[in-house]
Formats: sequence, C-alpha cells, structure tokens
Amino acid sequence: MRTILDKGTHIVAQAVKNAKVDVVAAYPITPQTAIVEALSSMIEKGEMNCRFLPVEGEHSTMAACAAASAMGARTFTATASQGLLYMHEVLHMVAGCRFPVVMANVNRAVFAPWTLWVDHQDSLAQRDTGWIQYYCSSLQETYNTLIQAFRVAENIKLPVMVNLDGFILSHCTMSVDVLDQETVDKFLPPFQPEWKLDPQNPTAYASVTPSNEYSQFRALLAQDEQKAKEVIVRAAEEYKELTGMWDGDLLDFYRCEDAEVFVLAMGSMASELRLSIDMLRQEGIKAGVIRLRVYRPFPEESISAALPDGSTLVVLDRNYDFGMHGGILFNECKASLYDRGGKIKVLNQVMGIGGVDITYQDMAASIKALLA
Amino acid sequence: MSQENKKEYISPEGIKKYPPIYPVSYPMAGAGGNTGTWRNLRPALDHDKCSKCLLCWIYCPEAVIDRDSLEIDYQYCKGCGICAEECPKKAIEMIRED
Repeated sequence: MRTILDKGTHIVAQAVKNAKVDVVAAYPITPQTAIVEALSSMIEKGEMNCRFLPVEGEHSTMAACAAASAMGARTFTATASQGLLYMHEVLHMVAGCRFPVVMANVNRAVFAPWTLWVDHQDSLAQRDTGWIQYYCSSLQETYNTLIQAFRVAENIKLPVMVNLDGFILSHCTMSVDVLDQETVDKFLPPFQPEWKLDPQNPTAYASVTPSNEYSQFRALLAQDEQKAKEVIVRAAEEYKELTGMWDGDLLDFYRCEDAEVFVLAMGSMASELRLSIDMLRQEGIKAGVIRLRVYRPFPEESISAALPDGSTLVVLDRNYDFGMHGGILFNECKASLYDRGGKIKVLNQVMGIGGVDITYQDMAASIKALLA
Repeated sequence: MSQENKKEYISPEGIKKYPPIYPVSYPMAGAGGNTGTWRNLRPALDHDKCSKCLLCWIYCPEAVIDRDSLEIDYQYCKGCGICAEECPKKAIEMIRED
C-alpha cells in the first residue's frame, strides 16, 4: 500500500488500472474528461494491457462496452450528465443482457438550462435500468468502491455505476491509499463468465423472446437485484479483511448509536454532514448520519432497521422528484417506512441543486428549521 | 433442403449448460417459424440456364438454398426475390403463388 496525492479523476483511473480492465470505451464530457484522458495515456504508454475504443458518442460507448463484455472482457467506461442520459437505452440492454460493465459517473446536473456543476439528477434518472448504483463521499471511498464494483458486478452479473460528485470530488485533490497490485489481484481474480461470444461455437443472444420466456428473464433480473444486497455487503466486508479499509456497506453510519434525529443523504454532502451533526450535538440535538452508499438496490430493510419507533428521519436530497413533493430519496424513504405505521416522522429538504455550495452550517440550519 | 446438410452448432441440450439468466439461443432451421407461409412469389430455378455461380446461395437471407443441389426449401423461403434479382443468368423466375 502506498499513499498518493492526486485529483479525483486520476484516482478513478488508478483504480481502473489496478482492476486490470481489458477494454475501455469512452467519449469525453465535462467533468469526466480527465478520467478517460488519464486512461488513454496509460494505455498508450503501455502501462495498462488494455484496448481503448474512442467512439463517437455515449450511445455507442455503452454499445461498445456491451460487445466487449459479451466477449468476456472486463470493461469500464466513465461519463456524466447528458452523456449518461444519452446512454439510457443501452443501460437497459446491458443490465438485461447481464453484462457486468462498470462505469464511473461524475454527477453533474442536467440540461436545461446548461450547467456543469453537481447534483444527482443524472444518475437518479437511471433508477429503473437495472444498474447497481453506488454514491461515494471521498476519493478513498471512490477508489475502494471501484475495486469492489468489479467484484460485485462479476459475481451477480449486473452492471455497476459508481457515482462521484462532479468537481467537489472529481477535481479535488486528496490523499488516497492505493493498494499493491498483488492485493487487488487477490480480491479481484480474472473475469471468467459462464457464457461469452465464441466464434467457434456460435450462439445468438437476447434475440426476440416470447412473452413467457421474456417475463422469466425479467423476473430473474428483479430477484438478482435484491440478491445483490448481500453480494455488496460481502464485498465490503472481505475488502475490509484484506485492506483494513471500511466505507460502510449499503449504508454508512455516523453517531447513530443514541440518536433521535437521523439525517440521510448521499455523496460528498453526506461527508460534510458529519460536521453539521457535531454542531447539532453541541446544541443538545441527538442527531446522527445515515449515509446512503448504495441507492440501487435500495436498502429499505437496513434503513428501517436503523430507525427506532418515535425517531425522526430528515432526508437531504440533491435532486427533484418532479410531480411529487420533495426529492427522490425522500419519497423512497417514505415508501420504505410505510410498514412502520407512521411511527417515524420523515422530513425533507432539497438543496445543492446545480452545484449550489452546501456547507455544514447550511445543513445544520436546514435540519434545525425542519425540526422546529 | 435435407437436415443432414445442416451444420450442427449447438444442441438444445448444450444450451442448458448456461445459467438461466443468460438469454442464449442457437441457430436452427425454423427458429423463426414456418416463414414459407409468408410467400406471395415463389422462386423457380431453371437448371438449364444456371451456371452454378452460387450468387443466389450467397445472397439468400434465409439460407434456404442448398449449396450442392441448389434446391430451395419452400418451407422457409419467404419469397423475397433477392436470388432472382442477383442471378446474372436470369435463371430464377418469381411465380405468383395460387
């Protein structure tokens, strides 16, 4: 293990290098560009034994990733915002085909009007594609999560999206412990799918399927989305055994042991939120953080289990759930807690849209206003 | 076309070795149904005019023309007429079905 000081985009590239990815297909988009530039440069210099496919847009990016993955290649791409939206159709296909593609999405708000800065609307709009979604709160976690993502994807045969906040994480410099290659190799053996395209033994794949068979494939997909929860937890635990590093599994808790007010958020704001909680605690409010590390599959059981009857859950959303009141996490949390018979009060604040800066003072003030 | 001439790729039993999550299928005669019932025009080959250039065999999208005998499998021929269009000897005539 060695400690390096670098910006987020380069940390992502370092993790991809350590994961010994076979194929990277990508199209540049702010703020993701420096990730694929770094990968392209490492491949060009021969530091990675990998093929780089420069394609003409994100729809083709994901199609190229699907084809590479079907050939049995460990495959990676990165995108952001409009690029992710443009991929949407192929995201469904990759999940349905059970291709374990891993993608870093650098969260950026969506058009219109044009913007470059962070919120979570781009990735949350991909909710129903069948992709597993992680949200990272630091560069160390981003590195660790990418390594875990390949393990999870190849184990459960589902694609994984690792989200990091645009600029706040992607262009911020932090110190990160990078694992030795032997340690990563131990955690991440070569990708060996049970099925892959084989010219010597040709098969067709995912062609027109009669309704009964189609519905069976989709039911298996829905089941495995749920099963992915234990795979994610196991990957986090085994990663901790091997490296000593822990970023939480589906959730990550801070000062929740005796809490009465729980604040749920994800991404970099959930990291900053710890300072708000310390501030509130000094003022006598027993608060704690539930950081949502995995948004899909949604950890409904774990969230419910963390909340005692009579407690309050404050949800801070960096997105809008258009046509519903509040944000997307708020509505999903309310749905998850419906069985608790109204014994948990759920409050919501939407903030930080389009990169509006969120300080710990802002969050503490919002929480206090909601509780008042 | 006789079944003996068909190349055996993978058997229905062979496909079962894959986990059920993978939507794998394999090439076989009739996988798309009896497509011969779609036909309005029937290709008829005049063997006397035919030079055995095999362009019809190459172009046939349904692979229903036998490479050796040039017999057409009418159970699956959709009557698209590509073979007649491509034939340099005009040896294939499209005849309206009754």
